[in-house]
Amino acid sequence: MSLRLLQNRPRVLEIAYVATLGALGPFRRWLKPGSAMESLFASGERITKGVMFDCQMCGDCVLHSTGMTCPMTCPKNLRNGPCGGVRQNGNCEIIPDMPCVWLMAWERSKKMPAFGDGIQTVLTPVDRRLEGTSAWINDLHPDIKKQPVGWAE
Amino acid sequence: MRSDSRLERVLRAGHFAITAELLSPDSADPQAVVDHASVLGDSCDAINATDASGASVHMSNVAVAALLRQAGYDAVVQMACRDRNRIAMQGDLLGAAALGVQNVLCLTGDGVGTGDHPESKPVFDMDSITLLRTARILRDKGHFLSGRTIDSPPKLFLGGASNPFAPPYDFRPLRLKKKIEAGADFIQTQYCFDVPRLRTFMERVRDMGLDKRVFILVGVGPLRSARAALWMRENVPGVVIPDRLVRRLTDAGKRSQTEGKRICVEIIEEIKEIPGVAGIHMMAYRQEHLVPEILDEVGLLPRPQVGDDMPEPISDPVQTAIS
Repeated sequence: MSLRLLQNRPRVLEIAYVATLGALGPFRRWLKPGSAMESLFASGERITKGVMFDCQMCGDCVLHSTGMTCPMTCPKNLRNGPCGGVRQNGNCEIIPDMPCVWLMAWERSKKMPAFGDGIQTVLTPVDRRLEGTSAWINDLHPDIKKQPVGWAE
Repeated sequence: MRSDSRLERVLRAGHFAITAELLSPDSADPQAVVDHASVLGDSCDAINATDASGASVHMSNVAVAALLRQAGYDAVVQMACRDRNRIAMQGDLLGAAALGVQNVLCLTGDGVGTGDHPESKPVFDMDSITLLRTARILRDKGHFLSGRTIDSPPKLFLGGASNPFAPPYDFRPLRLKKKIEAGADFIQTQYCFDVPRLRTFMERVRDMGLDKRVFILVGVGPLRSARAALWMRENVPGVVIPDRLVRRLTDAGKRSQTEGKRICVEIIEEIKEIPGVAGIHMMAYRQEHLVPEILDEVGLLPRPQVGDDMPEPISDPVQTAIS
């Protein structure tokens, strides 16, 4: 699981995130949700992000806002920070042997100059319809990756 | 005024507020709620109706809160994201408001594993913060998350929880800030048995100016015995009890209940002096009868009258709506 250790280099991942989005941008026209490319991308993400982040394929990736730590691996799927049940040893309330996902997220976010503050903003509830789809492609199409209609303030 | 609740009026008038948690009955008899409430009612400004606390089944949160309102008490209905999705929760917010409930405490909830139905499906469609924001959208924007208009939006005083005693300690004030930004008007914390830790937390909260933006009620409660303290520490997520207190209870032997009560009184006395604390939230599980005695000892009784605009107790909401 040496790739998992990349998570402890959140600064590198931050740069990789911006580079990936930038590199995919010009191909936006061909990278459409529901296309053949999409299933290819989804498979790719399942493997790469699976190995690196234990990605749960929610389709609405917010790794850069959560200290490059997948919040969907939290047993409560929390997107906005640690619950009040974190044990004194820093482990999860529900899975006593697992370190709290959010403890790691918080420590890593402190090492992220560009997106580190993202952990302080209120994130929307997940669009459950996106589960299993390519988050990279969804990111290129703001019309697909939308927050609930009534969410905006 | 977000609502017209007694709790909100007490806090806005600058009084040190008291809320207390009710043991939701395992019963379909409304009298059980009234009986439990009568022990606490005169000693506090509002009573919390829990939502399947400890992930175990009890009478539903909205029903208990509505019965409390019928009996003339102000109620805080707790809503946890564990058991319901966003469709059900938005409906419950309207339903609770329609039944006269004016305060809501938005929670994520414990995992199902701690309760009496560990085999059930945990929902967690939203988290406490997205639930808070949702409740505020319903109240202030007058529409659902879908954007559909609400004919008569719920007037609610919105609350969130905070646990200053769980790691990561330096993130806890930031999470509190997130809750305020999501819509929290008041905060009820986890049990406080570690006052120095609370002081550090409150210092940071004041530095960030958060105590001016939200009313913070600190959770307190008497421990019955050393055994009960150890059980709580092991089995109730997020409760931290220092060894020093367990030792005091052990040393007290048969008089441990009295000692537990004394510890509680001491903690309240200390909390009262911390700047930025707006009140306390009493959780006296199966020791509710001690609540009035404890509050009397710390000089917080009788509760203040807040204006003469007390809302009439809702005797029968359905009849009231029809007539």
